Amino acid sequence: MILGKVCGTIHSTINHDFYDAKRLMVVDKLDAYLKPTGKYLICIDQVDAGVGETVLMLDEGNGARQIVGDSNAPLRSVIVGIVDDVHLD
Amino acid sequence: MLLGKVIGTLTPATIYDGLEGVPMLMVQPLDKHQVPEGEPMVAADPTRMCGPGELIYYESSREAALLCDPWFVPVDHAVVGIVDDIQIVRQS
Repeated sequence: MILGKVCGTIHSTINHDFYDAKRLMVVDKLDAYLKPTGKYLICIDQVDAGVGETVLMLDEGNGARQIVGDSNAPLRSVIVGIVDDVHLD
Repeated sequence: MLLGKVIGTLTPATIYDGLEGVPMLMVQPLDKHQVPEGEPMVAADPTRMCGPGELIYYESSREAALLCDPWFVPVDHAVVGIVDDIQIVRQS
C-alpha cells in the first residue's frame, strides 16, 4: 500500500460503465516522511476521503477487485484508508 | 489511473482477434497539472468516445485489458473515461 495525500477531484460523465457513480480523486504519492514524491495517481474512493487528507491507497488489481467484490472489475487504484498518524522510530 | 491527452489516432492494418473495431489512440501522458510527462503511447479506447485533443484518464497493465470486451485481449493501456473537469488544490 502507498501513502498519499488527496489533492483534487476529477469529474467525468463519459467513462467505462464500471466507473459510473464512482468518486475519482487525484492523490499525490508521499514518502515515509509525508513529503510528496512528485508522482500522483487517480483512485476511486471507498472511504469518503476528502481533499487534503492523508490516505492509504492500493495500486494492485487483485486487492482492488476484492474490495469492490467483482472479480472482473477493471480497477487497480483504490483509496482504502484515512491516515491519522504515521510514527517512525 | 493517470491523466493523458489524446494527440492522434492509429489505424492498424491487422490486429489480434477480439480487438477488431476497437479504436487505438496516441496518448501523451500528463502530470496532474496537465503538463506532458514521458513518451506518448498507444492506448485502446473501449468506450469508443474519445477524439484527438481530449483530456482523458487511462489505466495500465491487466486492468486495461479488463476494460475491453472481450477482456482477454493483448492490451496494456486503455482509456477509462473523458475528464469533464479536474480540480487540484494549490499546495501550500
